[in-house]
Amino acid sequence: MAADASAPTLTNRLQRPSVVGAIGILVVLAGVALLLKNLTVAPSRFFEVTLIGLTTGCVYALVALGYTLVYGILELINFAHGDVFMLGGMFTITYSTHFFGLHQGQGFAIVPIVFATLILSMLSCGLINATIEFIAYRPLRGAPRLAPLITAIGVSFIIQDVGLAWKGPNYVSAPDVFPHTKVFSFHGVDYGWNKLIVVAITIPVLLGLLYLVQQTRQGKAMRATAQDKDAAAIMGINVNRTISFTFMIAGSLAGAAGLCYSLYVTTVRFDQGFQLGLIAFTAAVLGGIGNLPGAVLGAVLIGLIQTWNEGLPWHMPGSDWTQSIVFSILILILVFRPEGLLGERTPEGG
Amino acid sequence: MTETLADPPEVVGIRNVLRARWKALPFWYRVGISIGLELLIAILLFLLDHSLGYAFATVAALYWVHRLPRLPWRLAGQLVIITIFLVFGVTSLAAALAIAFAVFWIPERYRTWALPLVAVALAVLYPFYQPKMFTIPVFGVWPDIATGVVMLVFIMMAVGLNIVVGYAGLLDLGYVAFYAMGAYTAAWFSSLQFANKNFHFGAVGITPDLPGIHVTIWLLLPLAGVVTALAGIIIGLPTLRLRGDYLAIVTLGFGEILPQIARNGDNFFGTGFNLTNGPNGITPLDSLGFGNRISDATGGFLPANYLQCCNAKVLGHQIQSTDVFFWTAIVLLLFTVFCSLRLQYSRLGRAWIAIREDETAAAAMGVPLMRTKTWAYATGAFFGGVAGAYYASFKSATFPGDFFFNISVFILCMVILGGMGNIWGVIVGAGFLAYLDREGLANTGAWVNANIHVGHWHPNLDVPLYASGIYGLIILVVMLFRPEGLIPSKRVAAEMHEGVHDEPLYDVAHGAEGA
Repeated sequence: MAADASAPTLTNRLQRPSVVGAIGILVVLAGVALLLKNLTVAPSRFFEVTLIGLTTGCVYALVALGYTLVYGILELINFAHGDVFMLGGMFTITYSTHFFGLHQGQGFAIVPIVFATLILSMLSCGLINATIEFIAYRPLRGAPRLAPLITAIGVSFIIQDVGLAWKGPNYVSAPDVFPHTKVFSFHGVDYGWNKLIVVAITIPVLLGLLYLVQQTRQGKAMRATAQDKDAAAIMGINVNRTISFTFMIAGSLAGAAGLCYSLYVTTVRFDQGFQLGLIAFTAAVLGGIGNLPGAVLGAVLIGLIQTWNEGLPWHMPGSDWTQSIVFSILILILVFRPEGLLGERTPEGG
Repeated sequence: MTETLADPPEVVGIRNVLRARWKALPFWYRVGISIGLELLIAILLFLLDHSLGYAFATVAALYWVHRLPRLPWRLAGQLVIITIFLVFGVTSLAAALAIAFAVFWIPERYRTWALPLVAVALAVLYPFYQPKMFTIPVFGVWPDIATGVVMLVFIMMAVGLNIVVGYAGLLDLGYVAFYAMGAYTAAWFSSLQFANKNFHFGAVGITPDLPGIHVTIWLLLPLAGVVTALAGIIIGLPTLRLRGDYLAIVTLGFGEILPQIARNGDNFFGTGFNLTNGPNGITPLDSLGFGNRISDATGGFLPANYLQCCNAKVLGHQIQSTDVFFWTAIVLLLFTVFCSLRLQYSRLGRAWIAIREDETAAAAMGVPLMRTKTWAYATGAFFGGVAGAYYASFKSATFPGDFFFNISVFILCMVILGGMGNIWGVIVGAGFLAYLDREGLANTGAWVNANIHVGHWHPNLDVPLYASGIYGLIILVVMLFRPEGLIPSKRVAAEMHEGVHDEPLYDVAHGAEGA
C-alpha cells in the first residue's frame, strides 16, 4: 500500500504550483530568522527556553502518540483523548496523595511512589479509553465516517464533566515533589531535575511503545489491522480485540502524560485536557498522522514553538497568541502538506 | 412481514422472543396489561411528584385516545379529556390540547401548510398567552419572552448550520466563528467602538453628534450576513478541498483562532490598534428601531425605538420591548427557513445532497465540488452572521467569552438532536436545547434537588454547571441509538442505516482542483 501511494505522491508534488511552496518556505524562513535574532539577543534565555520546550514536547509526544495510534487504526480523531489525559492527571493526584501519601520533602522515597502511581494511572486511563471505544465507537464501526467523530466530541464533553464532578471546577494541585535543583548550569543556562525526570519517564515509555508496535505479535496485529481490517480478519486477527488493545495503549500513554504533566506543572483542571489535546493533535498532524516517530517529532516541534513563543524576549507574540499560532500551524499543515512532515500522502489531503 | 407457507422464521434474541410472545396474547389482555402498567407507573410518579403523575396519566390517555378508531370514538375521547381539564380549571392546557386535536383533524393534504401556519400563529401570539400558561411538570413554567428571543436566534443558527452539516455533509466545528463575525460586525457599526470616526445612518435612540459609527440595524443585518459569508468563502477556499474529518479540524481551528483574536484584539501586537476592545467586549450597542418617520407612516405599527417601546395595550397585554424583539426574531427566522426550504430542492441543494451522499460520484456527474461546497459554507455562514448580529443587538453587547468551542458543539448538538437535513427537526431540536440552556436545565435541576431523595439523602446538583456534559450525552445517545435524529428526513435516515460509499478514491480532489 505504501509503495502504491508513494509513486503518485512524487508526481503530485512536482506538479504542485510552486507559489504555494514558496510561501510556505518564506513563512518557515521568517520563523527561523525570528529565532536567530532572539538567539543573538539573549542566547542563554534561548537555550533555557529550548530546554523547557523539549520537556513540554515530551508530554505532548505521549498524548500525540495516542491520537496517532487511534487514527492509524480507525481513521478517527479521538477528541476524547485529551480528556482522558486530563483524567490521567487527576488519577495521578488521587493515587499518589491519597493512596501512597506522596508529599513534598520525601527525598528518594518518591521514586517507588511515582513508579507505582505511573503504573496505576496508565492502567486506569487505558481501561477508560478501551471502555470508551467499546461503548461509543464500536457500535458505529459501519456508520458514515463523521458519525464516530461527532460521537467523540460528545464523549469528550462527558469526560470533562466527569472530571468536573470529581474534582470540582477549580485547579487541583499536585504535590511539587520533583526536585528543582539543577542538573547542570552552563553559562547561565539552568537545567532542573524536574525537567530531566519528565524526560526520563517519557523516553522509556516511548521505547516500550516502539518495541510493542514493531517487535511483538500484538504490534504486528495492530499494524495489519491498520492497513486493512478485512484482510487482517481473514488472517485470523481478532480485529475488535486489536482495536481495544490499541485504545488501551493510547489511553495508558495519556495516563503517563497525565502523570508527567500533573507532577511537573503541579495543577490540573477539568477543562485542560481538551485544549492540550488539540495541541497534541496538531503535533500528530504536523508529524504525519498515523506515523509514530512523526508524532514524537511533531510534538517536540510544537512544544518548542510554544515555549519559544511564550518565553523569548524579542518580538514574539506571547502566550496570548499561543492557541492561534498552534492552530494556524495546524491549518497550514492540513492545507499545504496534509501528509505531515514524515507521513505518507493520504487521499484525505487532496 | 408477509406470512409464507414455509416454516415460520425462527425467533432469535430475548427481545424478539418477548415481542413475539406479547403479540401472541389476546387483544384485550394486552390492553388490560398496558393500562394496568401505566396506572402503576402513574401512581409511582404521583408519589414522587403529583403533577408528574397527572402528566403521565394524561400522556397515556392521549395515546389511547389516539389509538381509538377515528369517528366518533376518538372525537368523543378528545372531548372527554378537554372537558376534564376544563372542569379542573386548567384552561390553558385544555386550550392547548384542543388546538393539537384540531390540527390532527386537518386532512392530510392540507397539513403540509396548515401545520407551519398554526405553529407561526402560536409563536406570534406567544407573548399574549405566555403568562397564562400551565406549569409543565419537571420543566416548570413556560419560557419567558427573552428566552424566546434567544431560542429563535439559536434556531436561526442551527438552521444555518444545517445547510452546511445537514445538506452538504460538511462537518463544521467552528460555526461559532461565524456567529462571532456577525456579532462583531454589528458591534463595530452601531457603537462607540470607532470613536474617532463619526458616521450616522438611520440609527435610532442616539444624538446626532455621538462619536462612532452608527448605522441602522436593518442595513447591518444583511451587512453582517454578507461579511460573514465572505469570511466563510475566504476560510472555505483553501480548506474545503480537504474531506471529512480534516475539514472538521480546520474549522475547529478557525473557531478557536477567531475568538482569540477577539480577546486579544484591543492591542494588536502592541500597535495600540483597538479592533475588538479585548476581553471587555463592545457594549453598549445602539437600540433597534425604524425611526420616527417610518413609525409615523405606519401609524406606530413599526416602533420607532425598540427600547422605548411601547405604550400600546393589545388584548389586555402591555406590549414590552422584549415582545418586539421576539416578533422581529420570528420574522428573521421565517426568512431563514424560507431560504433554507427553497434551497433544499434547488439545483444547488440537490448538488449538496449529492456531495453528502457520495462526493466521488457527484464529481463524476459534473457537480463542481469546490464551488458547491463553498456555496454551502457561505450560505450557512450568512445565516450565522445575521443571527449573531441580531443577538448582539438584542443583548446590546458582544464579548469574546461568548464564542467558545462549546457553542459550536451546542449548535451542532441541536442539528444532530433534531435530525440532520430536516429543517423541522432542526427547529424543534434547536428550540428545545436553547430552552434547556437558558431555563430548562436550571428548572429541572431545581426539581431534581427538591423531589429526588434516597432516604434522607438529597442531591444538591448544580445542573447548569454540567450543561456541556449533558449536551455531550445527548450527542452520544442520539448517535448511538437514533443517528438520524428525532425528526429525521427519510434520506438521511437511509444513509445512516445503510451507510454510504464513503471511501474516497485516490485523486478525485486533485481533478476538481485543476478544473
